[in-house]
Amino acid sequence: MAATESRTARWLLIAAALGFLGIFLFLPLVAVFAEALEKGVGAYMAAIVEPDALAAIRLTLLVAAISVPVNILFGVSAAWAITKFDFPGKSLLITFIDLPFSVSPVVSGLIFVLLFGAHGWFGAWFAERDIQIIFAVPGIVLATVFVTFPFVARELIPLMTEQGRDDEEAALSLGASGWQTFWHVTLPNIRWGLLYGVLLCNARAMGEFGAVSVVSGHIRGLTNTMPLHVEILYNEYNFVAAFAVASLLALLALVTLVLKSIVEWRFNYHHRGTGH
Amino acid sequence: MICRSIIPLLAVTGTFLLGACGDSAKDKAGGVEILNVSYDPTRELYRDVNAAFAKTWKAETGQDVTINMSHGGSGKQARAVIDGLGADVVTLALAYDIDEIAERSPALSKTWQQRLPSNSAPYTSTIVFLVRAGNPKGIKDWPDLVKPGISVITPNPKTSGGARWNFLAAWAYGREAGGSDAAAEAYVTKLFANVPVLDSGARGSTTTFVERGIGDVFLSWENEAFLAQKELGPGKFEIVVPSISILAEPPVAVVDGNAKKHGTTAVADAYLQFLYTPEAQDLIGKHFYRPRDAQAVAKYADIFPKVNLVTIDDAFGGWKAAQDKYFSDGGVFDTIFAKIKR
Repeated sequence: MAATESRTARWLLIAAALGFLGIFLFLPLVAVFAEALEKGVGAYMAAIVEPDALAAIRLTLLVAAISVPVNILFGVSAAWAITKFDFPGKSLLITFIDLPFSVSPVVSGLIFVLLFGAHGWFGAWFAERDIQIIFAVPGIVLATVFVTFPFVARELIPLMTEQGRDDEEAALSLGASGWQTFWHVTLPNIRWGLLYGVLLCNARAMGEFGAVSVVSGHIRGLTNTMPLHVEILYNEYNFVAAFAVASLLALLALVTLVLKSIVEWRFNYHHRGTGH
Repeated sequence: MICRSIIPLLAVTGTFLLGACGDSAKDKAGGVEILNVSYDPTRELYRDVNAAFAKTWKAETGQDVTINMSHGGSGKQARAVIDGLGADVVTLALAYDIDEIAERSPALSKTWQQRLPSNSAPYTSTIVFLVRAGNPKGIKDWPDLVKPGISVITPNPKTSGGARWNFLAAWAYGREAGGSDAAAEAYVTKLFANVPVLDSGARGSTTTFVERGIGDVFLSWENEAFLAQKELGPGKFEIVVPSISILAEPPVAVVDGNAKKHGTTAVADAYLQFLYTPEAQDLIGKHFYRPRDAQAVAKYADIFPKVNLVTIDDAFGGWKAAQDKYFSDGGVFDTIFAKIKR
């Protein structure tokens, strides 16, 4: 009797979890693809190879290609500084790294308007030199770097804290240089965590809407990223095209998720296997 | 040690970032590019106008012109130009937003409105009601909007030009019906108490009403109402013309400072003058804006109903006065909005 009850409970729980996933994940995904393909594959492809859509895809990839490496660099240095050295203001630095998570993306965008807008702090200086920061690609990159900068550092700090400094101290005492220590000791230890952070960072960089919307200026074919382009197409009653571009974004997200699962699996395996 | 290796890397990244702005150069392969920063509902209109102008300009000068477009709520777009969005021309929903650019940015002369015919407004429009098919709530005129249980859709007057015209049209009715500004305020307060959601731009409100199915009546630009009817389902919506409305004059201007910097003054001037030609005026009528040109007016006469229209100058003493009184911080709209929230 007790066994049947627990089985019922188990099935109910599984059904609830699957139902939840179905409603909040699969259904919207299916809807996006169904809408996108409503008028056939021809209309879908036409929407994606349209010049403004291609420009949006190119811009999104460019922004991710710049902001992800920048944040790898920042994330690794910050995590290293925080976990391997003691210095005053360390906890303050950790708090600041979390800032983009706690600030609304709209505010993140406005920060750059205040700094680089025509009437902003540095606006006049850049205007004199004919350098456009906001309402152009550099502003979009800056806003994206800002919103995505916690991902790598946040992933590495707990990992590196747990690993401690013993390996590095051993390497240094055996005569390795700082760079050699990093390259041959630290990096191999953190590589799966790093990769995981990079994937999250990349996903957000390609999908960011709020902050980018504020600094974009929404010029078609020039400063529209994919998320912004989806909104514009939707507002122009061009639903097939809007969902076609949205489905591309969803595909990118799915690829990221699959990569993430693989990395997670490898990471757990290594993490346990090496016994650190 | 870490610091020493970061700094050069940051410098390299910085150079890369600055390099990226070189891409947005205005001249590409003998052609010329201009940026038209416009308000929400003009997307379809300018798509056609731009194609026609590019053809004319090519025939006259042999030069290829690309017109880049940016659309959004009129106030928000003006703000972006003030903050440095490099518009060669602005085509906004109301004169005040362009005045604001002239006020806060050296790029535009304060006398911009005298430079082109008809107050620099090559087309006009007005505010009408869009209701669902069969008009189930029986909405005929302004008094029906404040009945209990009627849900009214309008964008936010703080950010949307169309919404400011809506507000003033309602005010004009309230003043005529009640005979005083106090009566008008009472009427408009009741009206906004029936508004469930304020979108930031006209197109967002259209989507709210049409796509999301919220609201019984949508206070809309006439052109936007016709477009929604045409694009989103003939027979799903009806246009109700109120007894009194406002003459909306969406103006255009070349942003001299930006055009000079980009070397596009000649083409930007020609672009705006093109809007007054019979060819462009015909496109304007086709996209449900009321044309100025007599020939186009005659051609589209049976589309546009005759409405008793007040003007911003006669009824409200011009945009500057109206903006200061009704829409500035702490103005009449804020008072009304605070009252409703309580």
